[in-house]
Amino acid sequence: MDHRITRALLVAAVVAVASACPRNPPPPVTPSPTVNQDSIDAAERARREAAERAEAARRDSINRANAAREDSLRRAREAVEGIRSALTAPIYFDYDSDAIGEAGRAALDQKLAILQANSGVRLRIAGHADERGSDEYNLALGQRRAAAAKRYLTQRGIPEAQIEIISFGEERPAASGADESAWAQNRRDEFEITAGGDALRAPAGP
Amino acid sequence: MNFRSVLLAALAAFALTTSLAAQDTTARGVRIGLTYQPGTRPGVVVLPVSGANGDSVRMILQRDLDFGDRVEIIGREGSTVADVARQQGGTMNYPLWRQLGALAIVQATATASGVRIAVHDVAAAGILNARDFTLPMPGLSAAWRMALHGVSDEIERWITGTRGAAQTRVAFVRGGRIHVVDSDGYGERAVSEQGTALSPAWHPSGRWIAYSAFGPRGTQIVVRDLQSGGTRVASPRPGLNITPEFSPDGSLLIWGFAEESGTDLVAAPYPGGGDPRRITVGRGSDNVSPSFSPDGRRLAFTSSRAGHPEIYTADVDGANVELLTTYLAGDQSYRSNPAWSPDGRVVAFQSLVAGRFQIMTISLRDRGMKQLTSEGINEDPAWAPDGRHLVFTSSRTGTKQLFVLDAETGRARQLTRAGGARLAAWSRVLDRAP
Repeated sequence: MDHRITRALLVAAVVAVASACPRNPPPPVTPSPTVNQDSIDAAERARREAAERAEAARRDSINRANAAREDSLRRAREAVEGIRSALTAPIYFDYDSDAIGEAGRAALDQKLAILQANSGVRLRIAGHADERGSDEYNLALGQRRAAAAKRYLTQRGIPEAQIEIISFGEERPAASGADESAWAQNRRDEFEITAGGDALRAPAGP
Repeated sequence: MNFRSVLLAALAAFALTTSLAAQDTTARGVRIGLTYQPGTRPGVVVLPVSGANGDSVRMILQRDLDFGDRVEIIGREGSTVADVARQQGGTMNYPLWRQLGALAIVQATATASGVRIAVHDVAAAGILNARDFTLPMPGLSAAWRMALHGVSDEIERWITGTRGAAQTRVAFVRGGRIHVVDSDGYGERAVSEQGTALSPAWHPSGRWIAYSAFGPRGTQIVVRDLQSGGTRVASPRPGLNITPEFSPDGSLLIWGFAEESGTDLVAAPYPGGGDPRRITVGRGSDNVSPSFSPDGRRLAFTSSRAGHPEIYTADVDGANVELLTTYLAGDQSYRSNPAWSPDGRVVAFQSLVAGRFQIMTISLRDRGMKQLTSEGINEDPAWAPDGRHLVFTSSRTGTKQLFVLDAETGRARQLTRAGGARLAAWSRVLDRAP
């Protein structure tokens, strides 16, 4: 054993002794609690964030499901509203006339298809007149206008009992004013669903 | 016999004593009617009235005689008449009244039970007629007023030979409710509930008013008892039941009824009811707004059977239909709402003239037409029982209001002022009405 090895062993022993004993005196304060709390908080935060992510994901999926359902409900509602508005859209007449024009026939054909798909629906047709004629005669004219629309539908297979008619003459104008634009809006049939309007089905076919 | 005043004195005395013999209850030897120039209106002074409500009595008598359009009220405004009367004390200075243009002096005195009336004939320098009238107390009540209108009407008969029509009411529509108002514009009140009521018609007794009323399933004819306030539905079938009218004897109620093929007139006994019988065969057209001839045998009504509304007449059972208002082929006129005059001679109606409704009459003898209005839009004529005044709806003030027109002179007065008013019906004389 030469002199170099001996010295290395000695150094190793010293190092070993030095590492076994505290090299410096311990700090005068206890280990910092903030350091420990930080890590606890971090862990806590991580756990919470994970939970929140999970919860958010869960909520998202619920929301997505809900949205999808709402969407389909809305689409269904919109479809029903579309059917309803087609069924209740007014039709218009010429002065002192109960003749149903082209636009009126098109509107009535839509109503016809809807009524055929919804036999539980009850419809009330109300005939109206503009202010120009005799108040009394206009009641009769309004009745004729309502009857003309009913006849159009019943002649195409809608049961009599599904439709009632009424006349308001010139007593319930839709538009005020004393010009042709107001009068044209007031010479009309209005269509009101009186029963079976909650579950309207779309008419069959295109 | 429209203008008894046009007769000469001798003829008048003869004709009137014979024609009025049955209803004249005045003492023997008392003449009915003054003697005055044909085509003129006799001047009449209503003296100041002493006693309870004297001012109101005088005002009402003056106004009624004025609205009757058969006499000329002298000294209505100003103090001349009052001064002249005061100067005379209790005596009558006939020559002085004559100078003021008066042919008759109405002297009224309030009594405990009503009013004493003496009418002086200025030309004859004596009393033409005198009578005590009972008025229901208290004074100024609705019943008191109506009875005093009856006094005015009797005074008018004493002076002109023709009874006035002040003792009447007019029914009409305002805001969907049936209202009534005295012939002089006072005492307006609603007689039906909130809703949409139209087309009032008086029973000749003055006790009932029929009208149409909107309901959830159509329009019905409702008859209201003005005595009890009660109502009943007179139309047995649902659908459109509109424009009721009573026959002159009150035994028949007639109206327009529609289900799904046009409106036809139907009739049912009143007050018995029973199944309505169809009168018109409109074949899908509209047949509405009936008006009876005064003898109750014929009807005038609006019909669209020729494509647009015109006035037709028919027997009460629907036979013998005739077009009354002639028109040219292609004419898109519009004539409706007939009212047969109480003297049976003409039918009043509304007709489009230059795009606006005006009141016209058509003679049943020669079909001669006469336009009575031109200002604003004028609709829905109805005759007073005197056969010379018409009430109708007019837009001349900006809103729809009722006006009364003297068909002889063309003089018009406004009857209603508040809100809108339309579809008037004039009662018979209400001498026994509630």
